[in-house]
Amino acid sequence: MTNFLKQASAGLRVLLVLTVITGILYPAAVWTVSRIPGLHANAEAVDTTLVGVDREGDQWFHTRPSAATLPASGGSNKGELNADYDQVVAERRTTIAQREGVSEDRVPQDAVTASASGLDPHVSPAYAELQVPRVARETGLSEQTVRQLVAAATSSGFTETVNVTEINRALEAAR
Amino acid sequence: MSSTVAGLVQVGLLIAALAVVYRPFGDYMARVYTSTRHTKVERVIYRTARVDPDSEQRWGTYALAVLGFSFVGVAFLYLLQRFQPLLPFDFDRGTVSPGMAFNTAVSFVTNTNWQSYVPETVLGHTVQMVGLTVQNFVSAAVGMAVAVALVRGFARHRTDRLGNFWVDMTRGVVRILLPVAFVFATVLVAAGVVMSLKSGVTVDGQQVAIAPAASQEAIKELGTNGGGIFNANSAHPFENPNSWSNLIEIFLLLVIPVSLTRTFGTLVGNRKQGYVLLSVMGVLWALMLTVIWWAEANGIRPLEGKEMRFGIPASALFANSTTGTSTGAVNSMHDSFTGLGGGGAMLNILFGEMTPGGVGTGLYSILVMAVIAMFLAGLMVGRTPEYLGKKLGKREVTAAAVSILAMPTVLLIGAGIAAILPGTQGALNNPGEHGLSEILYAYASASNNNGSAFAGITVTSDWFQASLAVCMALGRFVPIIAVLCLAGSLAEQKKVPETAGTLPTTGPLFATLLGGSIVLVAALTFVPALALGPIAEALL
Repeated sequence: MTNFLKQASAGLRVLLVLTVITGILYPAAVWTVSRIPGLHANAEAVDTTLVGVDREGDQWFHTRPSAATLPASGGSNKGELNADYDQVVAERRTTIAQREGVSEDRVPQDAVTASASGLDPHVSPAYAELQVPRVARETGLSEQTVRQLVAAATSSGFTETVNVTEINRALEAAR
Repeated sequence: MSSTVAGLVQVGLLIAALAVVYRPFGDYMARVYTSTRHTKVERVIYRTARVDPDSEQRWGTYALAVLGFSFVGVAFLYLLQRFQPLLPFDFDRGTVSPGMAFNTAVSFVTNTNWQSYVPETVLGHTVQMVGLTVQNFVSAAVGMAVAVALVRGFARHRTDRLGNFWVDMTRGVVRILLPVAFVFATVLVAAGVVMSLKSGVTVDGQQVAIAPAASQEAIKELGTNGGGIFNANSAHPFENPNSWSNLIEIFLLLVIPVSLTRTFGTLVGNRKQGYVLLSVMGVLWALMLTVIWWAEANGIRPLEGKEMRFGIPASALFANSTTGTSTGAVNSMHDSFTGLGGGGAMLNILFGEMTPGGVGTGLYSILVMAVIAMFLAGLMVGRTPEYLGKKLGKREVTAAAVSILAMPTVLLIGAGIAAILPGTQGALNNPGEHGLSEILYAYASASNNNGSAFAGITVTSDWFQASLAVCMALGRFVPIIAVLCLAGSLAEQKKVPETAGTLPTTGPLFATLLGGSIVLVAALTFVPALALGPIAEALL
């Protein structure tokens, strides 16, 4: 027991020194580096397009469903055999099909499933295309113009995705 | 690029990057733990702590140092959370409740990073940085120190000394974790991870929490910790904004466990001994990746709980790597995986976290399993087993068995009690078999110090907070004590010369034996429980 207390008191002293190094100096150094001009365009995420929150109204592109309780993030955590959740997904599909004036089988998977973060700014190209006619109609812009905005917000790398936050900002600017 | 091709390219890039750093980084770590010189920073630490860095410890003292250090770590972290309102950057998130604070303290000290709290509303930046980030460093360094002590047990002869815990732990932080984390925190900043001391930002009229993510993210992955600074963990765009940050994070959580096999081979004077461990880890990792990827690509709702910028392959790759190491960070919600995919993630954890396992913990766990495998082989041929020139007698095999059995014992007792408690039903997020999977996953994750979850389960009741904390502590420290006891007993032996009867431990026969032992021990222990949860789900 005395040996344990001896080790624990040495441990406390080591912990305090390492707390200063790894808990204060390390994050402070990374924070300082993040301010180097050009390294990070937006470390404070001012008007960020990294995250997506759904806007109400038919004049906007919609994000994927979100299970997050803002300001926190999170997913639905619903398993694939959850019958109650089947119902929720089916209702989403019906709502979206009606909203976009298409048949239900044209509504893509990402439109009816909640993302992991609840802040996913991206939708599939298919879901973006599905929304083009409605947004054009509601904003008075031509479908061609709206498609150009979609194309500008499309990134293709390992996955091809369309950033809804970016398009909506562009729509705001176009008005 | 089709999704499959994109996935294969990412897997290829990941493996190539690991292959490039494997030798230099593994050898570097070997030098860190054998060097006789102390750096200036280290001298300051030793002087302040009043420890003599040049005196070595017996296994018992080494173990007491681990326990003493972890004990004060829990106490410090607990108090920090309880006194949060007195700290700066607390954003009026208040004091953390006793049960939650205790669970979180044990969780981060044991390198589990199970999170019963919602970071964005419960913890301010001071607790995150001064409390959790610190444990991300030191709990990882503790795992590496224990692994190195065990390796010394094999490498040394006729001595009762295993090294100095304070030196091993300090060097792990100062010479390995800190420089690599700093470099990669910078890389992650450049890749777009946020670094802000504010509490939130307004995005299109809505408040979204923000945090100093980059510094925590780097060490969270590098130390196979896994505790997100946001609730959605590495699925949050602020923690993991794109495919590149995603690949870097997967690389970080694999790099130390993988490279430590090289360190091991170097330290025991035969690198092939390390390669054979790596091959077993690699084959099981690749096999499980195939299973999880295929299952997720063929799910009913494949995109539920996944982010579009990652898609299915990069989500499966992350899930497989975070559960095969004891990291537990997630870039997709495992609870929404298919029965087979989620079951695969759970099986990775149930292998005992050694494919390739956590930093240090993965190496010592697979070495313990190698002892078991050689013991089984010895039984088959009726010969006293040896491994790396050391006889595996009663004491060694007992220590190995205790180390291996601690986890299933606490896991199955904990999950068993939870399953029959009346309050548990209300804590589940899904009905039927998947509900049982949520319970099993929780106790598997805690007992193996992984930290990921089928996160729909609500674990804030006193029972869950306390029982999961106990599982985390016993799942961490019983194996550590057993491993150090094993190391002590090995170090005392003289080296047994190799004879014609010695089973070589660098070839495919040994690799098969070892891989088979990992799978068999997990299967024999867990198939009855898994049959009622994920296996039933996958067959429905």
